[in-house]
Amino acid sequence: MSAQFRQDFAVIANWIPFGAKVLDLGCADGSLLKFLEGSLEVKGYGIEKDDAHWLNTLKYGLNVIQMDLESGLSGFESQSFDVVVLSQTLQAIHNIEKIVYEMLRVGKEVIVTFPNFGYWRHRIQLIQGQMPVSKALPYEWYNTPNIHLCTIKDFDEFCIKNKVGIKERLVLTHGKPVHFMPNLMGELAMYRLVSK
Amino acid sequence: MSEKNSVGLVKAKLVKITKPLKLTSGKKLPSYELAYETYGKLNAKKNNAVLVCHALSGNHHVAGRYKKDDKYPGWWDNLIGPGRPLDTDRFFVIGVNNLGGCHGTSGSMSINPKTKKLWGSDFPIVTVEDWVNTQAALIDQLGIESLAAVIGGSIGGMQAMQWALSYPKRVRHAIVIAAAPNLTAQNVAFNEVARQAIITDPDFYDGDYYRFKKKPKRGLRVARMLGHITYLSDDAMDLKFGRKLKNKNIEYSFDVNFEMESYLHHQGDKFAEEFDANTYLRMTRALDYFDPAIEYQGNLSKAFKKVEADFLVVSFTSDWRFSPQRSKEIVKALLDNELTVSYAEVTAQHGHDAFLMSDPHYHGILTTYFKKIADQL
Repeated sequence: MSAQFRQDFAVIANWIPFGAKVLDLGCADGSLLKFLEGSLEVKGYGIEKDDAHWLNTLKYGLNVIQMDLESGLSGFESQSFDVVVLSQTLQAIHNIEKIVYEMLRVGKEVIVTFPNFGYWRHRIQLIQGQMPVSKALPYEWYNTPNIHLCTIKDFDEFCIKNKVGIKERLVLTHGKPVHFMPNLMGELAMYRLVSK
Repeated sequence: MSEKNSVGLVKAKLVKITKPLKLTSGKKLPSYELAYETYGKLNAKKNNAVLVCHALSGNHHVAGRYKKDDKYPGWWDNLIGPGRPLDTDRFFVIGVNNLGGCHGTSGSMSINPKTKKLWGSDFPIVTVEDWVNTQAALIDQLGIESLAAVIGGSIGGMQAMQWALSYPKRVRHAIVIAAAPNLTAQNVAFNEVARQAIITDPDFYDGDYYRFKKKPKRGLRVARMLGHITYLSDDAMDLKFGRKLKNKNIEYSFDVNFEMESYLHHQGDKFAEEFDANTYLRMTRALDYFDPAIEYQGNLSKAFKKVEADFLVVSFTSDWRFSPQRSKEIVKALLDNELTVSYAEVTAQHGHDAFLMSDPHYHGILTTYFKKIADQL
């Protein structure tokens, strides 16, 4: 997913301290982790289920653990990572409450990014009677891995309801920050989360 | 896989180690011999050596053929050769036979130098730690200070792990395939049934059958048949044999009726011819005893504190003897120590035996990992 859509990498890197210990959940082809390793010398581990993505991450010379996120993070000790990242994978997870809880257990800080379903281009496509297809949501309804699409408003409410602290929120469109009506104008939502 | 990527014709070597070996059991061997083979060339820096540890019934003949018309090459030939995952154009690969083995290495079938008679039942019980110590003595003899990698499947994977624990400075990568940090009670139970089949064979003579020119073949055969069932998955057996009958009709007898039975008999017979019962007993015992966490009240993470090697851990989805869950325990212990580790869970049908197969994804993983090692040389 992130291979074609990397506008969030620089922001994520900004939120991660130099030399941090990072767990990248659903690391896909490993490109984010590679980027973080190169720019911040992080001690990184990726988690990836897909064989081809897993192998690509290994080719990058990165640590990669093959497992299904849906089964939780029981192999990881509590608070054993500085930062746990879930970059554009949230929307493909079945049990979102469980994964957010697990990330906050394992990481001192959590970064979550996801495509904003409330983005105006998505809304227009829906008004026109069709499921949105965009750079952020590059799949057709019949082949999408995304099962839990949400808007920025939805995720804010999710955090309140589940007592998740939002340390920082940034909304991007075409890689640039959006401050005016972010739930309408924003393409990509990025959150720094901590336990409350 | 084409023959041109084979290491070709190979010869086994024998080395005598005169440095006494203190065994985990407390017994001592003043000297011993190890059978081994090597493929590829040791480079000038002597940093490209890869040790291949064998599994339960394996030996040092890992790759190539002894004679052109040998029906089968070494047991992991699909992995080793020029251009193969373990590329002999870049690595110096060493296969070694474990102490207590029956293929030339000191064991029950060899002469006890003290008594000048066959060791027989007197050959001591050996452990994975003991094997690793003998392997370290072998690489000393070869003038190798540290290994680029140690690789093994099953009990071979346990040896790779033990290398990282016993000699943290002497191994840079440990590749642990289809292994576990210790055996489950069920695994110990299977081993015990196998041993009882051998020990209760009337031709066993308390382990001194050689003197009577006998061999407990029936026991070995049953032990191997049992073992074989546990190495395959239900699906793999079903796919290969199903409920196919050998002669079309049910015979209403206890002779071989099903194809599956025929296969097990064949495997059992072949094994009983080739392998030694005392070796089988010792190998299964070494498996039972392996448990690096034992000194640390079962805490494997504490045991791994001294490890420095980078790890690749591989498991197979249909392996129920050493399930992926057991490999994940190893991965967790490595992660707890912030070590460099990658873990692959290969989707495979063949059960535990999958580690011997040429599955493209599995071999792709090893090719990629060994390429990384080679690039570091």
